[in-house]
Amino acid sequence: MEKYAGSTSYEFQKEKNKQDMKFQLVTFACMIVFTLISFGLVIAEFNPMFTIPIILLLACVQVGFQLYYFMHMSHKGHSLPSVFLYSGIFVAFITILAMVTIVWW
Amino acid sequence: MSAEELKQLKPGQGPHEPEKATLEGKNKFLGFWFFLGGETVLFASLFGTYLALKNSNLDGPSTQELFGLELVFIMTMILLTSSLTSVYAMYHMKNYDFKKMMIWLGITVLLGLSFLSLEVYEFYEYVMHDGHTFTSSAFGSAFYTLVGTHGAHVIFGLCWITSLMIRNAKRGLNLYNAPKFYVASLYWHFIDVVWVFIFTVVYLMGKVG
Repeated sequence: MEKYAGSTSYEFQKEKNKQDMKFQLVTFACMIVFTLISFGLVIAEFNPMFTIPIILLLACVQVGFQLYYFMHMSHKGHSLPSVFLYSGIFVAFITILAMVTIVWW
Repeated sequence: MSAEELKQLKPGQGPHEPEKATLEGKNKFLGFWFFLGGETVLFASLFGTYLALKNSNLDGPSTQELFGLELVFIMTMILLTSSLTSVYAMYHMKNYDFKKMMIWLGITVLLGLSFLSLEVYEFYEYVMHDGHTFTSSAFGSAFYTLVGTHGAHVIFGLCWITSLMIRNAKRGLNLYNAPKFYVASLYWHFIDVVWVFIFTVVYLMGKVG
């Protein structure tokens, strides 16, 4: 395993990991800000028709951050994981739609 | 597993992405994402049920009367932070720094435990003071099933990470256990993903009405 020690590829990877970590810290800061905005909107008691879509949108963006940066889905070699997850989200969407519409009508 | 896989690795001694360096690691990685796709559907059915039943509270308190935002806010911050600490753990794993990885995993477990105790406290208050139980109304059943299933995932995640840490404490990092740590951290992030929707859909939307 000595082939990896001190090689340029090792130094390169280490630097790259560091860059990734910086991105992830920025991601974390964004997630905290989104959470604060969501709670703030609800506490400020704006019109529900305004608040609900926005907090849902913020939640979706936050989950996207979590998936693509924290869970590394933006990295190479994640095409099959994306297929799995998006199939899950597709079925999830239909499930929620079906259950909610049964009650509404 | 081969002797090669069990050889303890120090910084600069292993391939980058140790979690996918072996066939077993690659398979674990793919299989786990497949499982997460299934988990998405499981939680969707619970969310759907909750959304359909959240206003069927009989004589019990409504969502607006029941929920307080302070506790939920603290729980959200704790879980978000624990997600970041497990990112740190995986950062150190990729650099083959076993000790630092263990420290960050330990912090993750502690944060998870504090989240869990706050959730237990929350449920206790609902049951003892607000008369909001699993059997009190359809809203109660849907609420405890959804939030409770998430809590059960937190318990499982804590047991999983803790046992990985104990089992591999003296082994150090190698190509056999790196995928195990990686997959456990993916699971922990997924728990956080579900919580983001829980605090938005259940608590915030419940408060708005």
